[in-house]
Amino acid sequence: MTTASINWFRFASPASFFPLAGRLIPWFATSAAILAAVALWLGFAVAPTDATQGEAYRIIFIHVPAAWMSMFIYLVMAFWCAMSLTLNTRLAAMMAQALAPTGALFTFLALWTGALWGKPTWGTYWAWDARMTSELILLFLYFGYMALRHAIDDPRRADRASAVLALVGAVNVPIIYFSVKWWNTLHQGATVSLTTAPKMAAVMLTGMLVMAFAAWFYSIAMALMRVRAIILEREKHTNWVADAARQRAQ
Amino acid sequence: MTPLDAVIAEAPPPAGAWGGIAWSASRDLKLALRSKAELGVLLLFYVIVVTLFPLGVGPEPALLRALGPGVLWVASLLASLLSLPRLLASDFADGTLEQIALSPFPLPALIAGKIAAHWTSTGLPLAVVSPLLGLQFGLRGDELVVLAVALLLGTPTLSLLGAIGAALTLGVRAGGGLLALLVLPLYVPILIFGAGAVEAVCVGLGAGSQLSLLAAALLAAGVGAPVATAAAVRIALE
Repeated sequence: MTTASINWFRFASPASFFPLAGRLIPWFATSAAILAAVALWLGFAVAPTDATQGEAYRIIFIHVPAAWMSMFIYLVMAFWCAMSLTLNTRLAAMMAQALAPTGALFTFLALWTGALWGKPTWGTYWAWDARMTSELILLFLYFGYMALRHAIDDPRRADRASAVLALVGAVNVPIIYFSVKWWNTLHQGATVSLTTAPKMAAVMLTGMLVMAFAAWFYSIAMALMRVRAIILEREKHTNWVADAARQRAQ
Repeated sequence: MTPLDAVIAEAPPPAGAWGGIAWSASRDLKLALRSKAELGVLLLFYVIVVTLFPLGVGPEPALLRALGPGVLWVASLLASLLSLPRLLASDFADGTLEQIALSPFPLPALIAGKIAAHWTSTGLPLAVVSPLLGLQFGLRGDELVVLAVALLLGTPTLSLLGAIGAALTLGVRAGGGLLALLVLPLYVPILIFGAGAVEAVCVGLGAGSQLSLLAAALLAAGVGAPVATAAAVRIALE
């Protein structure tokens, strides 16, 4: 190995990733807070009232980024699961484990804000719309992943079993989405469709995008915090954790 | 002839995938036929669940006709779920699964054989009985045929997808409820296409597209699921 090449696997070791994650968290958390504040300002102060939906549409600034993140985090989780299965790295599995609760949270947020949005605009909290239904199933997939992890005591076995599940789920997510979409077009006629929404003002799109970045950085910060806790929990028998704890205590 | 050649000449022929499928399918079928009562219980479960729906929603013929395909499919999903633990759990409990994993046959092939036997002893009887139950819901002629064909195409996919969940939950706490949580979301597309096929015939459209999609799902699951299940079995056996 030449000295010029960067050793990408250096940070695959929990011991060297732990301090790196600790240094990164404040950056991501601060950017998330600033971006969220800017997005809320754009959404509530700058963006005009919508012609057809009135003020109720403003929940879009939370709802859409949450829905994006819910799907994106599942893909990232599946990516880390694939890494953990193929490269057999512990840290990849820990990352996947750390991402799952944040992903489930965003899925729940997307459903919850969707219901709150649906009541004033469609007149119902819940319609069996294709997106809503597949989002609900995505929530079940997250719960299944976390429940399987939780049910297996041996962490290495939990890593690998839940990784297989996450990958099977990732293959299924698009199939579920299209099947539900198709089922939906067969069944229902009258409900308002999200896809035919009127063209969006540029400032609304900007607000949504900024909030999406805020949600992204928030997810990274949360995942890093959680992965640090997981690392400590699972590496507690090692010397470096004992050293770190001793230093902290002094 | 060197000693090594003699060893090679006496060694059994390499174990192929088809041999593995045939061996494990015939073994599991033999086992299933020896506990016929268990299969009967599953079939009765299916019939009883289907019977409960008219009692719950009322005997209105138009309503039952609209509900029929969905009810029959949901009941098949539940019956499939109920039968999944017997696919691997008993072999895992008495150590047979470990021996199977050690055999010279490729593990995915042995698993595929087990799944085939599982479907023959659980999914196939459901599909055969279903036209009879469809009659109770006021389905007619073509609709009954499509119902049976859709179940014949869909229930193997349920067994294949369910096998992954069954392997992942081997020897895990709270296996039953967890299995439902893992497997039922994956069943959603099959439910939609399966029930959709019958409904399409009910409203006078052809069921060709839904049946094609069910067949496509079966082929995709048939290729992927045994491999994923074998990986999950190896994880459980570690």
